[in-house]
Amino acid sequence: MRFLFKTGYAQDLRLFKHGGQVFWYGLLLALLLGAPFAVGEYGMSQLHFILIYSIVGLGLMLLVGFTGQISLGHAAFLAVGAYTEALLQARGVPFFVSLPMAALFSAALGWILGLPALRLKGIYLAIATFAFNIIVEEVLARWEGLTGGNSGLHLKPIELFGMDFGGDAGFYYLCLALTILSILALMNLLRSPTGRAFVAIRDSEISASCMGVNLATYKTLSFALSAAFTGIAGALYAHKVTFISPEQFTLLQSIELITIVILGGVGFIHGAVLGAAFIIVLPQIISLAKDYLPSNIAGSGLQAVVFGLVLITFIIFEPLGLYGRWLKIRTWFELFPFYRQGMFRRQKSYMKSERLR
Amino acid sequence: MSFFKVENLGIHFGGVVAVDKVSFEVKRGECYTIIGPNGAGKTTIFNLIGLIYPATSGKLFFESKELTNMAPHKVADLGIARTFQNIELFEHATVLQNLLIGRHRHRKTSLWQELLFTPSVRAAELAQREAVEKVIDFLDLAKVRDSLVAGLPYGVRKVVELGRALATEPRLLLLDEPSSGLNPEETDDMAFWIEDIKRHLGVTVLMVEHDMNLVSRVSDRVLALNLGAVIAEGTPAEVQAHPAVIEAYLGKTA
Repeated sequence: MRFLFKTGYAQDLRLFKHGGQVFWYGLLLALLLGAPFAVGEYGMSQLHFILIYSIVGLGLMLLVGFTGQISLGHAAFLAVGAYTEALLQARGVPFFVSLPMAALFSAALGWILGLPALRLKGIYLAIATFAFNIIVEEVLARWEGLTGGNSGLHLKPIELFGMDFGGDAGFYYLCLALTILSILALMNLLRSPTGRAFVAIRDSEISASCMGVNLATYKTLSFALSAAFTGIAGALYAHKVTFISPEQFTLLQSIELITIVILGGVGFIHGAVLGAAFIIVLPQIISLAKDYLPSNIAGSGLQAVVFGLVLITFIIFEPLGLYGRWLKIRTWFELFPFYRQGMFRRQKSYMKSERLR
Repeated sequence: MSFFKVENLGIHFGGVVAVDKVSFEVKRGECYTIIGPNGAGKTTIFNLIGLIYPATSGKLFFESKELTNMAPHKVADLGIARTFQNIELFEHATVLQNLLIGRHRHRKTSLWQELLFTPSVRAAELAQREAVEKVIDFLDLAKVRDSLVAGLPYGVRKVVELGRALATEPRLLLLDEPSSGLNPEETDDMAFWIEDIKRHLGVTVLMVEHDMNLVSRVSDRVLALNLGAVIAEGTPAEVQAHPAVIEAYLGKTA
């Protein structure tokens, strides 16, 4: 077990708390950088999706895990990012301009969606965001003059400063860089006043307000930032699939996105990446398993059933998600043989009488 | 000019008059306590001062500035901090993070600087940390600095909440039953701290409290409420001896 000896306040501001972390994350980065040389075309494609969904996961984690607001409409932001990118590219706008524009448009829409969030909580907020998703989907399908309606839009490979990012490796490095930048941005935010204000809103709105946190500003800001992350992911997603149409951004997609944070572990940055990897890999495992299952079970509905079961299992047995499970395993080894049941159980909070309506 | 003034404050919830035309004045540097039996409207007055409930009638003045129609989060910016009767901490954050949130009104950095964590943000964070460490020293919280609030015992949480209020560097501190749920030893510590906050930090304290021992020890003046209305005001001894107060707590002699 490692004991950190602290000698200065700056130590608590470090991104890596000790040398061990530098080593392991360095190793992970080296493996990721080397992946294009070792992984086949199919594996690369899976890695692209994992990275893209990680960025969405980070955005959702900011909103759900750190600000405590639910959203069942994030596919809409993914769509806005994707369509912005497709339309701007078709008009000859370079990628380094169109990507920030995708983030900006999404953020603007996120800000608008944040406005009803000021008055809604829990299930009612979920319903409002759900409705938002349907509206965006419908607009994309009907506004044929702009979006091409249900016949969708095609995208060309990314070109950046004369270099071609259309190839597997090029696109992979682009996704990797953006994912790392997103993680850094989120970590920076969480160690500064804005991130703390989000956490304050998540844990107790009334005392956040008493500490001078403007609830309206920070809730809408959280929606906007979350949407910006998702918009960036949407732009990458559009390039990945090269063809976008409204049926890719349905409510089911939104539910898949929220599954990332729940499976990964609500309230952990790691959770966003682990959750993304999990929901990309799970369908592959299911399709592999289909070969060994009787044909009446291995139908097209199998994936939905397994997804549902996994989600329910996690919520009941491991509400801290994959990252929470990893923390428990690590603690078990660190404390061996002194780990005891319920070490991670959260104590029941004391009665709360003062609540904002 | 008065430091903090409440004028004809009133609120009713439907037909229930919770606070009825209450007026009082708190002088700079004193400890002013509101007492009263259950349901007298003490906490409601705090929620009215914090602008959590909109007052039905009356006005609030802090250093001659009217705050009756302000946005709730602006109250903290003026230098008014509070604690809660049943503790409202940020449960899934560490004690240190909780206290740092108390520094929210002293933040100077913009969102863009924070996303990039520029050197100015780093410098500002270190300065905030130093301010928080002063509170940690003052309240002797060093050993729980990095613990999650969710795992702390009630007594410690109560102190953390006091610390969070102090981290805002308030000029007026509202304490809602600082000793509720504490054992005699912890109550004793709390009394020391309240005296120190008043004397050494120069913070004016407005408090709601039931423990008359604590009240007479730290308060300069006491206001007694019953059923939302003022029944007595004066020094702790005067109020305790007031016939209306005795009647409110013990009932009339037959």
